[in-house]
Amino acid sequence: MGELRAYGALAGAQIRSAMSYRASFLTEMVANTGATVFDVFTVLVLFRATPAIGGFSLEEALLIVGLSSAGFALADMTVGNVDRLKLYVRAGTLDAVLVRPLPALPQLLLMDIPLRKTLRVVFAFVVLCGAVAVNDIDWTPGRLVLVVLTPLAGCVFFASIFVISASLAFWWVDSGEIGAAFTYGGRDYTSYPITVYSSWFRALFAYAIGFAFVAYQPALALLGRTDPLGLPGWAGFLSPLAALASASVAAMVWRIGIRHYRSTGS
Amino acid sequence: MDRIDARVLTISRNGPFRGSATTFGALIGSGFRRYSTYRQATIAGTFTNIVFGFLRCYVLLAVVEGAAGQQPAGYDAEQLATYVWVGQGLLSVIGLWGWTELADRIRTGDIAADLLRPVSPVVGYLAADLGRALHGALTRFGGPLLAGAVFFPLRTPTRWQTIPLFVLSVTLAVVVCFGCRYLVNATAYWLHDARGPIMVWTLGAGVLGGLYFPLRLLPEELALALWVATPMPSLLQTPLDVIAERDGPLLQAGLVGLQAVWAVAVLLLAGVVQRRAERRLVVQGG
Repeated sequence: MGELRAYGALAGAQIRSAMSYRASFLTEMVANTGATVFDVFTVLVLFRATPAIGGFSLEEALLIVGLSSAGFALADMTVGNVDRLKLYVRAGTLDAVLVRPLPALPQLLLMDIPLRKTLRVVFAFVVLCGAVAVNDIDWTPGRLVLVVLTPLAGCVFFASIFVISASLAFWWVDSGEIGAAFTYGGRDYTSYPITVYSSWFRALFAYAIGFAFVAYQPALALLGRTDPLGLPGWAGFLSPLAALASASVAAMVWRIGIRHYRSTGS
Repeated sequence: MDRIDARVLTISRNGPFRGSATTFGALIGSGFRRYSTYRQATIAGTFTNIVFGFLRCYVLLAVVEGAAGQQPAGYDAEQLATYVWVGQGLLSVIGLWGWTELADRIRTGDIAADLLRPVSPVVGYLAADLGRALHGALTRFGGPLLAGAVFFPLRTPTRWQTIPLFVLSVTLAVVVCFGCRYLVNATAYWLHDARGPIMVWTLGAGVLGGLYFPLRLLPEELALALWVATPMPSLLQTPLDVIAERDGPLLQAGLVGLQAVWAVAVLLLAGVVQRRAERRLVVQGG
């Protein structure tokens, strides 16, 4: 109970500080939503030039980008701030976090609560709902569960990628933008049918890391399409399992990393 | 360290041309050296540029597959691949993202030190930014281009004037980009916290600059309006169209001319904004 109150105090302080710069807060919120707006806009622009990308129509592509954006926006709002870890490691601020009697990861997440990212989550789910509406989906109980579970599984998956990428700073302080290749890169990767990528690039990102299960496979299962790449129809229902697997890897990497941490303070 | 050089460079706004040129050169050199100390970040950044290069290239090539005549917006597959990979290389040359130095110095009050210098902040920061761009051109441009050339067929320029025009276009793009970033950062003189405007810039520059997709994919009137009415296409779209040889020589030269107009315009505007800010500035910090 005391712990919860402590987290509440951390969160409350964040909210008050965000509200004291109201104009900046509103601009940031709009700009943040803009990122997802432009992702969807890009898909629409590309489809002006072609009727199909990687064998998928505009409606189907919207379903894929909707699933991916919803999962990513949720993860970015809840866990995305962990990518500031490299700043804390470099500046030695992490020491202050470690001496407090609360676990480090939740504290880090509450050190900068991104209320500004809420509008983006709403927009991503609006796109998803729109995409579900324009596609002719043959609803079964299984698909109903799937359409609800997929954004949540995507969120867990992206959150794990955020944590793993950030943990890199424990070993390599100057890792700079490398994490972005997998977090924001992963968002871009999952926004399109994975049929557009060539063999080794697809094998690495889609199957070895597991990005195929964020949006592409679930979208196939929802649409009732067979996978042109040969995975069976039930592969789409594996996305929660892929999310759990990635979460356990992330938890392990985080634990090893934080034990490996040596303060840079003087 | 037994000999200390106590000479001071002649720095005077009204002084002879040579003095100003030496100062400007020295500031470029210091900008270059500053960035050359972040070697690991250079490697990490190149890796990330390459990953995004693959992502964008595959998607655009998939668009070519499905497009009528396999030429979306007048680009063939090789031109689009060139567009993507040269674009990934140019990102850190023009320095599209991540410059918050001026805004940070305004917020903390450090800007006071810049105002004491005998060089105008716009000129001083421009010189440092040119040094940064030079460092970017030498270290960050080659990696993505090489990766692109290994994995995708790229277009080799067929006209002799393409390469010199490209170099000129990139230089102008650096200046336009600097001017825009200066203006965005300078909002901190009025707002104290420029995070919002910087985010809007980060977002808008990518889309409207031509990074996410070539602007020619937009309806023609819209693309034209962007080109003439905003400096955004001068950031990436113009140099990339030049190197991909999307248009005839005359039109290309015209687009680079438009870039030059924008470079002058944003620098002048930055100068005006800076002077206005100096008149109302209350330096923060104790």
